[in-house]
Amino acid sequence: MGLALLLVYLKTKALRTGDEHYNRGARFWARIFGINFALGVVTGIPMEFQFGTNWAEFSKTAGGVIGQTLAMEGIFSFFLESSFLGLFLYGEKRLGRIGHWWAAFLVWLGSWMSGYLIVATDAWMQHPTGYTVGSRGEILLSSFWGLLLNKWAVWQYAHTMMGATQTGCFVMAAVGAFYLLTGRDEAYGRMFVKTGVLVGVTAACLQLFPTGDLQGKMVAKEQPVTLAAMEGLFETQQGAPLAILGQPDVPKMRLDNPLEVPQALSFLTYRKWNANVQGLQGFSKDLWPDRISLLYYSYHVMVGLGTIFIAVMLVAAFLLWHEKIYRSRWMLWLLMMCAPLPYIANTAGWMTAELGRQPWLIYGLMRTANGISPRVGAGNAWFTLIGFTGMYGVLAILWLFLIWREIEIGPEPRRLDAAGTPLVPEH
Amino acid sequence: METIWFCLVALMIAAYVLLDGFDLGAGAIHLLVAKTDQERRLVLASIGPVWDGNEVWLIAAGGTLYFAFPALYASGFSGFYLPLTMVLWLLIVRGVSIEFRNHIRSAVWQPMWDFLFCASSALLAVFYGAALGNVVRGVPLDGSGYFFEPLWTNFRLGDNPGILDWYTVLVGVLALAALVMHGALWVRMKTLGALSERAARGAGSTWWLVALLSILVTWVSFHVQPNIEKNFSRWPWGVLFPLLAAAGMGAVKIYLARKDEWKAFLGSCAYLAGMLTSAVFGVYPMVLPARNPLYALTAENAKAGTYGLKIGLIWWFIGIALAVGYSTFVYRSFAGKVNLGGDAPSGSTREPL
Repeated sequence: MGLALLLVYLKTKALRTGDEHYNRGARFWARIFGINFALGVVTGIPMEFQFGTNWAEFSKTAGGVIGQTLAMEGIFSFFLESSFLGLFLYGEKRLGRIGHWWAAFLVWLGSWMSGYLIVATDAWMQHPTGYTVGSRGEILLSSFWGLLLNKWAVWQYAHTMMGATQTGCFVMAAVGAFYLLTGRDEAYGRMFVKTGVLVGVTAACLQLFPTGDLQGKMVAKEQPVTLAAMEGLFETQQGAPLAILGQPDVPKMRLDNPLEVPQALSFLTYRKWNANVQGLQGFSKDLWPDRISLLYYSYHVMVGLGTIFIAVMLVAAFLLWHEKIYRSRWMLWLLMMCAPLPYIANTAGWMTAELGRQPWLIYGLMRTANGISPRVGAGNAWFTLIGFTGMYGVLAILWLFLIWREIEIGPEPRRLDAAGTPLVPEH
Repeated sequence: METIWFCLVALMIAAYVLLDGFDLGAGAIHLLVAKTDQERRLVLASIGPVWDGNEVWLIAAGGTLYFAFPALYASGFSGFYLPLTMVLWLLIVRGVSIEFRNHIRSAVWQPMWDFLFCASSALLAVFYGAALGNVVRGVPLDGSGYFFEPLWTNFRLGDNPGILDWYTVLVGVLALAALVMHGALWVRMKTLGALSERAARGAGSTWWLVALLSILVTWVSFHVQPNIEKNFSRWPWGVLFPLLAAAGMGAVKIYLARKDEWKAFLGSCAYLAGMLTSAVFGVYPMVLPARNPLYALTAENAKAGTYGLKIGLIWWFIGIALAVGYSTFVYRSFAGKVNLGGDAPSGSTREPL
């Protein structure tokens, strides 16, 4: 989704400046987008069907509500995205310059709309709105706009999209840095670094404020026990400290080796240095998230990396502004080494959201243990889990291999062999 | 209201079978009709820009089924747990083989993906047929509204049948034959030369198998699922559905001989639509028949709340109108015979940009 936005950016620059380099750069990233998209489609279909296969009781109870957003995602976003991706990848000459820009724009629109609808589904599970409970315990939709404009969905979406944009930016900048450091395709290297840093610095800042900040406040208000577990706060206290590092010891109810900023948690959450923040001891144990340590670490990895991203991007933007970035090898090295980190941060962020919701499947309404498929035995679940793990492992290796190959082939118009397959250039 | 949604979901499934059906069929005959690397690229090029849009019909139909009939989604998908998971694996293998085949040129790379593409496409056709067979036959639902079917038991139609029994296997074979014919007619229409001729011969010989199996399956289905006979005698106009299928088969035969490729393909679309709607008409108002008729899931007892279904109607029509618009635009952009080289529609799925 981040790359979709950057493709629109590159196509816009191409239209505005008439510089063919932007078009070639866009084609290069479109090839990578194509590989990602193919893997996204095939690994995305199972997710929709797993609601039925593995979470039957949940689907039966809540399908009338969350089925709405899932069905809308298919009908409004995926048709748009897949139709125009075909045109974007295979129809550049046929569509012309303006038409091809529109294809890129509609692919972006489709992918960002699908992002909203799927986040709205998750947001409803985090903070259910617009529903009533029927006579047989089934959950019925009572307000379409209540579901669609859930405040949780709006801020979770903004936060998620900034994560996606940062991922695209860091990867683009890293590939650019790689070209500059290895002394090849330097015009493209500069273009990729510049685009990645310009868009990336904006996204990195928006990730923290206002989107991350507001998300945190919503968690504090609606899921206070989750906030306590995320922050590793065991005791309820006024002027609660913010733990930067430390290892939670759940049985002893304390944080070992804490490195804390005094009173900062109270300030960040309530904008008052002396505000009272509820610790885990203030809640009954059956409301605690099941995996407190994992939740605590996921959250801290996400926030820690997010902070590093802001620092890296601000320094890179400063160097770019002074036109020094292309020559400062340490900065290029740093950008290149950062490429995998946004993937880790995004994963940690989703783990925070989903572990934090536990023990609830639908917050306050349905426990996770009550949502499973009653007739699917553990043996069958293991069979499919092992199968999916193996298959996704193979796909991950293929993905790395093909992306690496595209980067090696590079953005210049390609030399082809007799059958039209691109050759890896020699450098 | 639930009858409207019953029809809309059936329509979406039919759209999926017609559209993804031709690319599945093209996959199933890939190794047989396309002998050289050039020809294999042509087969892939003919479906390259559209296959994943076709597959979106599956996702959209799944989502629509989910929100309109949540109890069916829950019961059916968890009951068909193992075969459905295998379908997902096959869809993964197939999608990846279409997209990744032309990235690298090597004596091991392309043959590997060609084989996987062909095998996964053929197996998917069989699985889809067997799934339809299971629905028509009925599943071992009990009072809880759930069931769990193993892959096979004793291949008989008892109270505890498996996914595969003689009837569902038979429907699976018919599905494979029908989609092979459908895919061959597509390849016939989209390509030229020896490849196109081979596809036409393939479609012509499969026609006999499809015709024979269709008659056989229709005859046994009346015995396997008594509700079919009940519905046809209650609403005699329903006979239009099997007639549509028969007319489609006739059209395939006639237009294939006259070399009117487009009409032959349309005939095959009519045949598939007719067979599917006949089956759906036969089981109505059940959405999932049970071996014990007492526990069947019907459109009435599996539906979601009325408010949600009403709201859904509004966005469904807007969304589908837009989707049909984009799809038409894409098919028109890539209309005509495919060739390799140059801009699309030429070029295999991954010709250089």
